[in-house]
Amino acid sequence: MSKSLEADVKKICKACGNDRTRMMDIVRSVQEQCGCVSGEAMDLIAREVSCHRVEVESVVSFYAFLSTRPKGKVVIRLCDDVIDEMKGSDQVAAALKTELGIDFGETTADGAITLEHTPCIGMCDQAPAAMVNDEVVTYLSGDAARSMVRSLREHMDPKKLVGRFGDGNNGHDLVRSMVHNNIRQSGEVVLAPLAEGAALKNALAMSPAEVIRDVKTARLRGRGGAGFPTGMKWEFTRNAPGTQRYVLCNADEGEPGTFKDRVILTERPDVLIEGMTIAGYAIGSDTGVLYLRAEYAYLRSFLEQALHDRRNKGLLGKDICGKKGFNFDIRIQMGAGAYICGEETSLISSVEGLRGDPKNRPPFPAQKGLHQCPTTVNNVETFCCVSRILEKGPGWFAQMGSKGSPGTKVLSISGDCHRPGVYEVPFGIKLSDVLKLCGAEDAAAVQVGGPSGTMVSPAEFGRTICYDDLATGGSVMVFGPKRNLLKVVRKFLEFFIEESCGYCTPCRVGNVLLLERLNRILDGRGEPSDLPYLERLGQTIKTAARCGLGQTSPNPVLTTLKSFRSAYESLVKEAPDGLQPSFDIGAALGDAKTITGRESVHF
Amino acid sequence: MSETITFTIDGKEVSAQPGQTIMQAADAAGIYIPRLCAFEGLVPHGSCRVCTVMVNGRAQAACTQPVADGIVVENDTEKLLAIRRDIIEMLFVEGNHYCMFCEKSGNCELQALAYRFGIAAPKYPYLFPKREIDATHPDIFIDRNRCVLCGRCVRASRDVDGKGVFEFVGRGPQKRVAVNAEANLADTDLKTSDKAVEVCPVGAILRKRVGYAVPVGRRRYDHKPIGSDIEQAASKK
Ligand SMILES: Cc1cc2nc3c(=O)[nH]c(=O)nc-3n(C[C@H](O)[C@H](O)[C@H](O)COP(=O)(O)O)c2cc1C
Ligand code: SF4
Ligand code: FES
Ligand code: FES
Repeated sequence: MSKSLEADVKKICKACGNDRTRMMDIVRSVQEQCGCVSGEAMDLIAREVSCHRVEVESVVSFYAFLSTRPKGKVVIRLCDDVIDEMKGSDQVAAALKTELGIDFGETTADGAITLEHTPCIGMCDQAPAAMVNDEVVTYLSGDAARSMVRSLREHMDPKKLVGRFGDGNNGHDLVRSMVHNNIRQSGEVVLAPLAEGAALKNALAMSPAEVIRDVKTARLRGRGGAGFPTGMKWEFTRNAPGTQRYVLCNADEGEPGTFKDRVILTERPDVLIEGMTIAGYAIGSDTGVLYLRAEYAYLRSFLEQALHDRRNKGLLGKDICGKKGFNFDIRIQMGAGAYICGEETSLISSVEGLRGDPKNRPPFPAQKGLHQCPTTVNNVETFCCVSRILEKGPGWFAQMGSKGSPGTKVLSISGDCHRPGVYEVPFGIKLSDVLKLCGAEDAAAVQVGGPSGTMVSPAEFGRTICYDDLATGGSVMVFGPKRNLLKVVRKFLEFFIEESCGYCTPCRVGNVLLLERLNRILDGRGEPSDLPYLERLGQTIKTAARCGLGQTSPNPVLTTLKSFRSAYESLVKEAPDGLQPSFDIGAALGDAKTITGRESVHF
Repeated sequence: MSETITFTIDGKEVSAQPGQTIMQAADAAGIYIPRLCAFEGLVPHGSCRVCTVMVNGRAQAACTQPVADGIVVENDTEKLLAIRRDIIEMLFVEGNHYCMFCEKSGNCELQALAYRFGIAAPKYPYLFPKREIDATHPDIFIDRNRCVLCGRCVRASRDVDGKGVFEFVGRGPQKRVAVNAEANLADTDLKTSDKAVEVCPVGAILRKRVGYAVPVGRRRYDHKPIGSDIEQAASKK
């Protein structure tokens, strides 16, 4: 056992209090410092935190950004999301491969650079994009990729790849990133500036029950996708038995095509932190956790600083705003590359230092969440809405938007449109008006709500963005007339297969089977009976899957089968000879042919 | 002392104690809800989804869903039978199940479920995964070709044997059962007397040198379909 590894791991574990529940921080640090979490390292960690080695392995093997085998000093992760592909990530991929002389999934012979693919990193508005360690590089091209590799070879410092900073706080000393905000339209709720502490002071002048009443009166619903009434969730959490309670902020933003939380975290961290603090007051919690996806690690120091500043100003920490006995603080928990951790019970598993498997419900997080204590999990944008409701009053908020969906929604628009970026719009807006805003009047299809949402055809562009019609956590992906929608569907299915936790049968196996049949159709070997086959299989997965991922993963297939059925029908055909076109007798006899060394006779 | 809860399963009134699951209450009432990952004495896992029932119109796993007063549970419906059949077929094509020469044949819960559901051949294409066999242990082997990821061994080793020999690693289709060692079962403290060795529903964890001991005709499911013990216990009452 190498002495230096032992010393490193011991030190890392000690810094985390040899606490098994801090496993995410431990394995992330070991990965960062030692290049991987090797078998030896897993043995050492298990010894230090007193758990079984295989438990460490179960965590390490779950997250895409962790690895048991050594990686290069620099890891390039090219986003292979559907939008990036539309914007030319293929050329970038080819350039990276030739310039590095390796394929994806490989490391250069000198152990310097590893090349990988990764799903949506939340940069679809500036695609193609990639991560180089924690740094984000955007608007890539083949040429840019080549020169990037050349300069990396010289200095091996991803920070130096950033030429000109992006707008706003992307240029902040603690960010220094080339990411752009692309805010195209601000609204009054989320993206407007907030006088620091104004909302919090109003909240603290009321009782916690009154704060919850205001959030209810505003009829605020969760912005993360599911749309659960926030006030009700807080009330359940507050009333659940227990002494310790937690406020969790879901900044995992993994739904492909969603990047609005990235912009909120960059430009309005105070509005978010203030909302979390108000939540702490309302539910009776002294501890908040901001779960930040690994892809947004470049914002981490900046957010740490924002928390620090508020502590200094008495807006966080002990006796907040001079209110005796109201203590609340927030820590940041980094993720490690897993879309499923955006699902609230998986997020809790991850914060507890476990694999990001969802938990059985009931109990719901409001009853027994983090460490079995009552917990509220809310989206970044939801907390921002709370701040504004407490600042301006629930009546002001409720009169915006539509009847069932008060307030505004921050949309992330990408794809075939002239002005991709972030738009804060009132709920109830027509999809056709959204398309006008972003310059996509010739759209042939729009995916609303990310892969788990709905593929909308032009005939339905009159539908509205709201909880009762087209619900969305923010993702709006536009596809022009030249796009092959079935290939988009294939991409989405591949995403779900890669990101499934694998816990339950329908999602783990069913999605693979959906993809197999879709590929058959795309290869021209499909039969008309494949369409009802896909429908039944999709319905089984939706009904029987254990969590929201599996319950929505067939949506790309099912919604296109409904709205774009002719795209499928034009590809499938009844075989004239009555044999299944999917059955290729030549291929089936291939092995026999190789073994015997002669042609088989068949008709 | 505790109040009794009443609800219906397929229209039949069932009573239960608070804190019970729908499956426990159904068992006591002699109603069989098909299952695979659930095992008496182990904490429910809720992973196979074979026990999917409708509760007030919403799909839930009967093995994890607690009873509640007045709920309307559907179990034996065309729709649910079709879903369960689909799931069982998925488990068959996901692994490599060579029932005709498997030591567990006749005693295998997956095979027995297929018989109960009348599945002669799955409608899905076989995925033929490459999976590992670990025969390093002197008395026990694990053949992952036949593993259905029910997690019974994981729970039994952790909660009953107090050892933690098994745990899941990887995710999605790559998820598999790993052992608490660098690589081999031989390097763990697994014993033939462990509960973890006994609970595997299929032929994935088996004792060596005892295969095919029971002749065809006298195996567990040779005469009565899986679940009939539960159904008969009730008819005797
Ligand atoms: C697979 C999956 C991924 C999710 N990802 C996110 C996410 O990235 N951010 C988020 O806020 N909610 C996400 N959710 C929804 C959360 O489970 C949860 O409903 C939400 O965080 C609650 O906050 P809200 O009520 O404020 O919307 C996801 C759900 C599922 C099923
Ligand atoms: S549906 Fe099942 S396998 Fe898929 S992510 Fe959820 S629990 Fe995991
Ligand atoms: S028996 Fe209930 S999910 Fe497996
Ligand atoms: S007969 Fe089922 S695993 Fe062998």
